[in-house]
Amino acid sequence: MKEIKEKHSFLMRWTHWVNFPVLTIMIWSGLFIYWANDAYGISIFGFSLIKFFPQWFYNYFHIPHRLAEGMAYHFLFMWFFFINGLLYIAYTIFSGAWRELIPKRNSFKEAWLVLLHDLHIRKTIPPQKKYNAAQRIAYTAIIVMGIGSIATGLAIYKPVQFYWLCWLCGGYHFARIIHFTLTIGYVLFFVIHIVQVALAGWNNFRSVISGFEVIDSSAKNKSNNLPVEKVKEKNGND
Amino acid sequence: METTNQNKEQLSVEQKIKRRNFISFGVFFALGGTAVAGWKWLLNSPDEVAGVTANAKAPLRRALNKTELFFRNFYSNKHLVKTYPTSRAAKNVRVNSLIGINDDEDFDAKNWHLAVKLNNLQTLNINIDEIKALPKTEIVFDFKCVEGWDQIQHWGGVKLSDFLAHFKLIEQSKKQYMGLETPNGKYYVGLEMECVLHPQTLLAYEMNNQPISMEHGAPLRLIVPVKYGIKNLKRIGTMSFSNARPKDYWAEQGYDYYSGL
Repeated sequence: MKEIKEKHSFLMRWTHWVNFPVLTIMIWSGLFIYWANDAYGISIFGFSLIKFFPQWFYNYFHIPHRLAEGMAYHFLFMWFFFINGLLYIAYTIFSGAWRELIPKRNSFKEAWLVLLHDLHIRKTIPPQKKYNAAQRIAYTAIIVMGIGSIATGLAIYKPVQFYWLCWLCGGYHFARIIHFTLTIGYVLFFVIHIVQVALAGWNNFRSVISGFEVIDSSAKNKSNNLPVEKVKEKNGND
Repeated sequence: METTNQNKEQLSVEQKIKRRNFISFGVFFALGGTAVAGWKWLLNSPDEVAGVTANAKAPLRRALNKTELFFRNFYSNKHLVKTYPTSRAAKNVRVNSLIGINDDEDFDAKNWHLAVKLNNLQTLNINIDEIKALPKTEIVFDFKCVEGWDQIQHWGGVKLSDFLAHFKLIEQSKKQYMGLETPNGKYYVGLEMECVLHPQTLLAYEMNNQPISMEHGAPLRLIVPVKYGIKNLKRIGTMSFSNARPKDYWAEQGYDYYSGL
């Protein structure tokens, strides 16, 4: 029998979907700013592995010579990014939703088993509530990263007025590197996130828009008789 | 009897799902559409009316000004720029822009003087020796360019606040802004008086203990560590005071007027 199971609160869904375009605009305008001093890359033993970013990339996204414009967009949309993030964190704390979210002591060990399962190396997955261990780590890390972006961003925006913050971020020069690295982190997160959502399927995806999942309660009762480790919850993965 | 009940219940669950899907996806796409419309409005919004600032989209300029006003609440002349030992200063000091310098073929360094506009009628001319006679202040700090690079540099000169006091420009420094221009008027900046009076703001004539080179703004340039490099005007020709924002080269190119750090 079908049953409606509440999954995501309104505020979680709201902040999630507001964040997506806002962060996209922040990354886009951030590229305009970064282009003016595109000093970063990855090299091993002096051999340049990756340059951030190659010319074709800049050309494709029409990045060059738009620093002033980039700053104007960046310093407007930073407010939406900040307020939206603050709203989510405040909600998570006051609603008690953080209990479902922050990693537990065994989460790091379990996350490894989740990874093996996702890679089809292992058949079973440890029992979970709303989020599995890997999700707990990922979704907590992304919030910490957001806080990091705000902090390093403020440190390079007003390094004299917020000198203590600039110092905490390792100085002006280093704060800019962290700010950039976190952005690359968001892009990597996004790629994995999209793949996981696609694999988890429609029911899971819908829950981030409509708030609920549909579960088959009769199947659930049956599965309760199985040993815990063999239960694969119908909650989906992402 | 029981089967019908179950059917009814099942139907109602099915209906509930449908209804909630309809409402939530409807709201989702409506809000998404609104967001796209809002974004298009911003992208297609006209440029500001050109004035002291220009070349930014009108709503973005409003936001820039409002944001800067908010952050100026945190500004204090007690907040000093971090300084470094002289040994950390770069030997090869970066030259980024020569506007107002390499476009001035008539410039004659020997006859240079700083023209301080006291009011609409009077101008006070000050030569470099008078300026060098004032107490010298040195600073080694991390110079920050709006482009994103930074470099530890060593500058020496007279504190702008000392300069204003010595030449009895007290009345003038009660105005809200100072305007500086190169001798040919090709490069110009406006500065809030607070930043002008910041204890680390210098009229510099030395770099790495040597007289400043032409490309770094000889004979006299501004070093204002609480601002991006674009405000650190090279080769000062004229100095003026006003309560309205003086014209500013990069603010006319779409950059934030204040560009403060």
